[in-house]
Formats: sequence, structure tokens, C-alpha cells
Amino acid sequence: MDFVKDLISIRDLEKRHIDLILKKSSEMEQALKEGKPPNSLKGDVVATLFFEPSTRTRLSFQSAAMRLGAKVLSFENVGASSIVKGETFSDTIKMVDGYADLLVVRHAQEGSARYAAQLAEHPVINGGDGGNQHPTQTLLDLYTIKRAKKKIEGLKVTLLGDLKHARTMRSLLYGLSMYGANVTLVAPKGLEMSKEVIREVKEKFNAKVEEKSKMELADADVLYLCRIQKERFSDQYEAEKVQKEFRITEDAIKGVKDDLIILHPLPKVDEVAPEVDRSKHAYYYEQAKLGIPVRMAIMETMVV
Amino acid sequence: MPLVVEKIENGTVIDHIPAGLGLKVLEVLKIDRNYEARVALMMNVPSKKIGKKDIVKVEGKMLDDKSVNKIALMAPNATLNIIKNSNVVEKKVVKLPQELRGAFRCPNPECITNLEPIETIFRMEKPEERRLRCGFCEMAFEAKELLS
Repeated sequence: MDFVKDLISIRDLEKRHIDLILKKSSEMEQALKEGKPPNSLKGDVVATLFFEPSTRTRLSFQSAAMRLGAKVLSFENVGASSIVKGETFSDTIKMVDGYADLLVVRHAQEGSARYAAQLAEHPVINGGDGGNQHPTQTLLDLYTIKRAKKKIEGLKVTLLGDLKHARTMRSLLYGLSMYGANVTLVAPKGLEMSKEVIREVKEKFNAKVEEKSKMELADADVLYLCRIQKERFSDQYEAEKVQKEFRITEDAIKGVKDDLIILHPLPKVDEVAPEVDRSKHAYYYEQAKLGIPVRMAIMETMVV
Repeated sequence: MPLVVEKIENGTVIDHIPAGLGLKVLEVLKIDRNYEARVALMMNVPSKKIGKKDIVKVEGKMLDDKSVNKIALMAPNATLNIIKNSNVVEKKVVKLPQELRGAFRCPNPECITNLEPIETIFRMEKPEERRLRCGFCEMAFEAKELLS
């Protein structure tokens, strides 16, 4: 198997690993379209352990596993599990490792998935560990971009929103840099991408990363948004002002490239105006749908 | 006038510690007022190599790998002299390790290592800048952040 045993961080992957998933995702998408998904996980059990709430990631993992013929074990509500009785994270992982052939773990603590991989004999997929990593979202994002634009190298990609706290943005900057995209980071003051993360991709990949505090979308091929959470601001007036300034409206996308695509990991609240949802640029629902073939490709690669 | 400190019989002399860090070295070695054997700390000793240095002499203490790694991180040019029967039997220069296990807690409060009983792992990313990355939460830190 030319892949990692556990999928914990985009940092663990080389380009050949990502290329493999992108290629396989395309095959899975085609198989789904033809109504002939492979039954390659028949007889396997996939456990989705979400210690934190999730809709898309959990459901798309479960759907992908079922489409590959696997059975799914899950808890989605920590309150209904032994965790409320004080069971430790490590005990839960060790126990479920005995019940399943693949574990998908989401937990608020950073590094939790890495720890789960140390504890479990079966492969572990990180479904999001605090503010750290969300590697399957990044693979899905890269697949979506490549599918829409036929390439990633040289594309002008703008990442916009709370770049400080969003794990998807951190992982994505790493992935885009690996493929040689030109990335512009736009964030409100105080919510900028960590300097350390920028330094890392510049050193490792000689990445072209530019930081801006205002939206300039005229040149962009891809606009990737994430939510600016009001609770990050102590001053609610300031929060509303910033949300308004960074909101994507019909006006904000006037004069953009004809083939600009707008992506969003979802859930979105009010950072995108409803009329933008109906524009040809909105690509986030398509993106969410692609979570299925990409996660099928990942699971099949790791289990079979 | 040179400062004369008597020799130790069995133990360790740590030399070439950057001036001001001698006390920190004692802290790393868990030497406090409850330590019963002889301990000498010399501060601001003139040094040809590093200008000014601290020296620590500890009777009855042989350093384990974890302690040596911690000292390497704060004093990359430190030398260790192992003393047996009042003679230097081994002299070694500390070496910055590629990986530090269980030596420091992770400064990131959100790191799983601060919640569960896990041996921390820090990997050296840029030795020249003494920058290390946590093997769990993946945050990078400067050596001084781990030492504080």
C-alpha cells in the first residue's frame, strides 16, 4: 500500500500520496455516477467517533463507508456514551479498536487523533482535532479545485475569513503550497493566519503567500471562505462591522473572473449573501457532495 | 584572582553553560535545598569560548539521557565531565537531540498531552534556530518556550 497507515495530518503526506487520492477520488466519482460503487469494504466495520459535533464530516464518512459496503458504528452524542461516566479518551479508543477495522476520530483536543493512532492497531483517520488539522477536508478541497480548474499549480487562490482559528485553512494552505498555487490570505485584524504556519510553507515549498487585510478578488481563480465567529470578538460592534466588511455579496463579486469558484467548508451562517448561492460562482454545495467519493477513496486506500 | 572551588569525588561537572542559566540547570537536575551532597554553582566565570559562563558541580549525580537532552537545549555548547574517584573519566560535549521524549510539557494548553497521561515528543525542526515541533498538536516552539 503506497499510503500512510493513519491519516492524521496533511504534514504526513507527500505529493504522491495526495495524487493517489485525487486519482482514486475521480474513479470513485465515476463509479458512483454509474451506480456501481465498489463493494471493497464488505465485511468491514468503520467506527465514527465524534467527541465534538459534526454534520457533514460524520455523515459523509458514514455514507462513504456504506457505499463501499462497510457497516458503520457510531456515537454522535458524547452525552449518550460512557464518556459521561468519566471514561478516558484512551479507553474509548482501545475499546472501539476491538470492534472496528477503521476508526474516524474527531476530538476538541489538538493531537488527539495522533494519540488515537498510537493506541489503536487499526488505521485511524483524523476527522478534525481542535484547531490543528482536518486532512480529509483538505484532500476534498484539493480534489474540488483540481476537478473544477484541471490543475492547482499556478492558480490564484484567496483564503478569506478567520484564518487564525480555522483548521481547514491551515491544512489547505499547506496543501496548496505543496502544489505551487499562489495564495493570498485575507483576514480581519487579529484573526490572521499564524506567522509560523506561513513561515513553514515558505521554507518547505518556497510557497508564494501574500497577506492582505482587504478583499481584492479581481484576479482570483478560487475564493475559499470560512466563518468569522462573533464570539472571537470582545466588542460586538466591531464583530458586526468586520462581518459586514468580509461578507460575500453580489457587489463583492462584481468584476471577478468569469470562472471564479467560491468554496466553503460549510456550515456557513451569514458570511455569504443568499443571492451568491444562486450565482455561477457558488461551488460549495458541489464541494460538499464531493466529500463522498473523496472519503471513499481514502477509506478504500487505507483498509483494502 | 581565580575562584577556587574544591574538587568533587564522584559526580558531574557541567561546564560552558551560558552565563545566567546555571540556576536553570540545577532546576532541570531537580537539585534544590533538599539535595544533601555537595553542589557548587559558579556564575559569570570568564570564558575564552563564550565570554562569560556558568559552571555547575554536583557530587553524587550521574545524568540520565533526559537531563542531558534538556541541558543540550538550553546550553548547546555545554560540556559534561564525569568524575569518578576525583578523576575525570569521561568528557563529552552535549548534542542537540533530534527528538526529545518526555522531557517537557507542551506549552499549548489545547494539546492532548496536557489532558491525558502521554509522553510528550518534540522533534527538532530547525537546529540552528532551536525550533521544535510537538509530535501531537504539531505546534512549533522555540527552545526557550519549552524551558520556561
